[in-house]
Amino acid sequence: FLYLCLSKHCKPRCLPEGIHFILLFSRQGKLRLQKWYTTLPDKEKKKIVREIVQIVLARHQKTSSFVDWKDLKLVYKRYASLYFCCAIEDQDNELLTLEVVHRYVELLDRYFGNVCELDIIFNFEKAYFILDEFIIGGEVQDTSKRIWELLPFLLLSSLCIDGKASTSANNSRATGI
Amino acid sequence: MPAVSKGDGMRGLAVFISDIRNCKSKEAEIKRINKELANIRSKFKGDKALDGYSKKKYVCKLLFIFLLGHDIDFGHMEAVNLLSSNRYTEKQIGYLFISVLVNSNSELIRLINNAIKNDLASRNPTFMGLALHCIANVGSREMAEAFAGEIPKILVAGDTMDSVKQSAALCLLRLYRTSPDLVPMGDWTSRVVHLLNDQHLGVVTAATSLITTLAQKNPEEFKTSVSLAVSRLSRIVTSASTDLQDYTYYFVPAPWLSVKLLRLLQCYPPPEDPAVRGRLTECLETILNKAQEPPKSKKVQHSNAKNAVLFEAISLIIHHDSEPNLLVRACNQLGQFLQHRETNLRYLALESMCTLASSEFSHEAVKTHIETVINALKTERDVSVRQRAVDLLYAMCDRSNAQQIVAEMLNYLETADYSIREEIVLKVAILAEKYAVDYTWYVDTILNLIRIAGDYVSEEVWYRVIQIVINRDDVQGYAAKTVFEALQAPACHENLVKVGGYILGEFGNLIAGDPRSSPLIQFNLLHSKFHLCSVPTRALLLSTYIKFVNLFPEIKTTIQDVLRSDSQLKNADVELQQRAVEYLRLSTIASTDILATVLEEMPPFPERESSILAKLKKKKGPGTVTDLEEIKKERSSDMNGSAEPASVNASAVSTPSPSADLLGLGAAPLTNSAPPPSSSGSLLVDVFSDSASAVAPLAPGSDDNFASPDLASSEVVSEEPADTVHDADELFHKFVCKNNGVLFENQLLQIGLKSEFRQNLGRMFIFYGNKTSTQFLNFTPTVICSDDLQPSLNLQTKPVDPTVDGGAQVQQVVNIECVSDFMEAPILNIQFRYGGTFQNLSVKLPITLNKFFQPTEMSSQDFFQRWKQLSNPKQEVQNIFKAKHPMDAEITKAKIIGFGSALLEEVDPNPANFVGAGIIHTKTTQIGCLLRLEPNLQAQMYRLTLRTSKEAVSQRLCELLSEQF
Repeated sequence: FLYLCLSKHCKPRCLPEGIHFILLFSRQGKLRLQKWYTTLPDKEKKKIVREIVQIVLARHQKTSSFVDWKDLKLVYKRYASLYFCCAIEDQDNELLTLEVVHRYVELLDRYFGNVCELDIIFNFEKAYFILDEFIIGGEVQDTSKRIWELLPFLLLSSLCIDGKASTSANNSRATGI
Repeated sequence: MPAVSKGDGMRGLAVFISDIRNCKSKEAEIKRINKELANIRSKFKGDKALDGYSKKKYVCKLLFIFLLGHDIDFGHMEAVNLLSSNRYTEKQIGYLFISVLVNSNSELIRLINNAIKNDLASRNPTFMGLALHCIANVGSREMAEAFAGEIPKILVAGDTMDSVKQSAALCLLRLYRTSPDLVPMGDWTSRVVHLLNDQHLGVVTAATSLITTLAQKNPEEFKTSVSLAVSRLSRIVTSASTDLQDYTYYFVPAPWLSVKLLRLLQCYPPPEDPAVRGRLTECLETILNKAQEPPKSKKVQHSNAKNAVLFEAISLIIHHDSEPNLLVRACNQLGQFLQHRETNLRYLALESMCTLASSEFSHEAVKTHIETVINALKTERDVSVRQRAVDLLYAMCDRSNAQQIVAEMLNYLETADYSIREEIVLKVAILAEKYAVDYTWYVDTILNLIRIAGDYVSEEVWYRVIQIVINRDDVQGYAAKTVFEALQAPACHENLVKVGGYILGEFGNLIAGDPRSSPLIQFNLLHSKFHLCSVPTRALLLSTYIKFVNLFPEIKTTIQDVLRSDSQLKNADVELQQRAVEYLRLSTIASTDILATVLEEMPPFPERESSILAKLKKKKGPGTVTDLEEIKKERSSDMNGSAEPASVNASAVSTPSPSADLLGLGAAPLTNSAPPPSSSGSLLVDVFSDSASAVAPLAPGSDDNFASPDLASSEVVSEEPADTVHDADELFHKFVCKNNGVLFENQLLQIGLKSEFRQNLGRMFIFYGNKTSTQFLNFTPTVICSDDLQPSLNLQTKPVDPTVDGGAQVQQVVNIECVSDFMEAPILNIQFRYGGTFQNLSVKLPITLNKFFQPTEMSSQDFFQRWKQLSNPKQEVQNIFKAKHPMDAEITKAKIIGFGSALLEEVDPNPANFVGAGIIHTKTTQIGCLLRLEPNLQAQMYRLTLRTSKEAVSQRLCELLSEQF
């Protein structure tokens, strides 16, 4: 993988491949949610989780939100008792990744109302569903409030047997520019 | 109990989770889980059919247990059943379980794919969404095989809902990343590009990600996306912050889409159409302008989103590297961030500036920030930020500031975090070498490096300092003096002992005139460290001692006493013992002339890529080591000047027979010395080249020194690379009795070999050196075995980097397994582009049957008994031939040993004859071999007789060995 970014514009740059994985864990190091966008064996995943939780928890406050980790970069942020940590490639946009995390927190908050760690523990499956609506294969699918409106619909299943209510989803079509 | 009342909470699940949370110990937790697993298993196996809700609940519990870190080996079928439920939440749990716990059970995959197929065809957007998420989450080849053809159709179909299009775009992207070969390009690609014009910004966002990845691999096909992306970007950056409604994020218009568009544009050079180009420049200027405007919100989300776009715009500006004005503006903007109170911004500014430093337009502008960066190195509390500061200092270094930067890095090294020390050491070593105007500064810097961070100084670093000192005679005296002084410290790092030992061994004479560093004092100083050192270092010191015997005859007896002591001669380590024994013999028997020749000063090292640079590249991956070419240029002009003396110096050692040169000169001592080590060819050569790698490349006379004389002179290879096998028989035959040296050389390329064999296995390192200053492109060496050879010889090679920089050397490893005896040699074919021309050449690779010889010692009686047993005419092959080289008994002996068999002394009744014995090891059999060589001095002829249990082997060995005399 020794690609030299020496040349000017004759070769395209190695562009990043989106988010590799997202981990949510508590200050005590308990893993609350894990989402992998690359295929790895379970054993490897467990090892990575252990390693990363350790690295991030050892960081002091007021340091930057970025840590080099192997060939990747960890971007993390703490919300109350919970750490949200994404692994991205070196070339990827760190600040925007922080906002991906923030948007996800906003989505959780919107659904649970003042979301806290316990909500995610007891409703882990919903935390996964919300994430799947927001990010697919490591790439942000849609950042509009569209999925905010979808949320209650997605999760309050009693309202949508056979998906009949689904058309409401498309009512919030974005303004084209 | 929090939040369970919400939505479709599953009470049983909540109770279970809460039970687990109440477990006081790991054991209690496992007990509770096992109870639950038993319960679920019985429910699934029970007679009563479960309703959808219960199935969903139990599958969800299994998922929870799995996510806790326990193994789950059942429930897959129930989850698959949920997929065909019509209730959204049941389907959803089913898909979630499959995504997390997919297993390769083929029966199951078929069922899952079937359910997905149904959902994709359902025309129900939420069901289609779930199915697409599942494909993207699993992303396996099986999924790609089943759906890669279908998804593009969904993506571009006119009646597909926007939300489904978004999912389809990203799902396809995931499949393309995992199995690009399975995603067919076709009509749909042009329609995908036009999604950049879509009304729905969500669709544009998702499509941009897909197009970016596709465009990277197929730039031509997606070229039209450039102008579309520019106009889309332009509409976004010029829009008012409220225009985009719900795509505005904290007053920043569509930051995600902006970043993705800017990234798509990084797949291409600057647009050729002046209108498009102008529009893009305008966009970039607007983004830079906006950075100066006061923030519209105090929230960190606002500044993050805004700066995310800014940093991506700067990346694009750097990628284009064509607008000096924009580059300098970007640099100034980053300069402001260097002092920002947000740590994140300081970090990113340092990182981004690193790439700016390599542009000719902004290099000077970056340099003006040197004080700030040095300050960051000293004061930043976050190691991530300090690391970026080191990177930036490295990137902005040039001749004008090298001394300052190296000094600051050395300072920092004393307190640096352990995690980044090795990298800093490499960087300091590279900068010191690259910008050394004054080589005394270079030597001081490296010795400081060893003093401050000896443990982190890798072999490459100290090899390099020695290479440079050897190649530059103006610094040798200074180096000797400096290492001598550094060694005075009571506790010095072992790496310093290595460098000191080597340099004093070569150049100690330059400071011996000073009574404070007289020969005896030098020797005592080094020897005082001896016992604290590891075996490789001690081995190196022993070589230094024998060099001292040559340099300073007056302390010969002192050194001989040391070599003679029991702790050396009877050392438990074979390597040390062997060196002590041989050096002692050499010092006792060889005349001063011979000693002086054998222990001649090392010839200059051939020019090659700094091994340190190679190491840093390996460590850091690409981007960080930027201006390689420049390094090359500067270095070659610095050091090539001294490469000439090599041949002069070397010709003294040259003898007609390359493999035996050292031995030939040192012949006398060896006859009487302890029995030669069975595996070695020429004794001295092997002492050096087969020893621990730490010493190998440095030892005098070792054959892997490519500048070694006999090789340079034996130019039999045709200069122009043609598509023929370079028979180069002489070079090829040279390798029959030795393992290391130059195989091929012309004006462009040098091929060196280093190999080792044990029983039926071997490993060969092939070194390809680019002798020109131009890159070789598409460099492809291939090892070819003919059809006859293939079943007998198993060769495995790894591909090498297709570009070989001017002056650089690449290495290829060949793993060898001898399956059965063989006749031919494999062919090494090399193709590459040099300048505009295509080069193609082939040489025989010297892997010969005798390499798999193991010597066997036996008595006279045994020998002749076996000799008689092999008297069947088919087992014997004889050859009578004229001597091609002077008939020197010692050289002949060395060759027989080098050939691989044991040399049996006092076996043949005629002392003028030579006999040998050994076993050829192949994977399938072992073949015992006996040989007898009868020289006839008067006729200048030899008679060679081979007897083995196999005719073909006798034949081949006889051919190979006959060529040697």
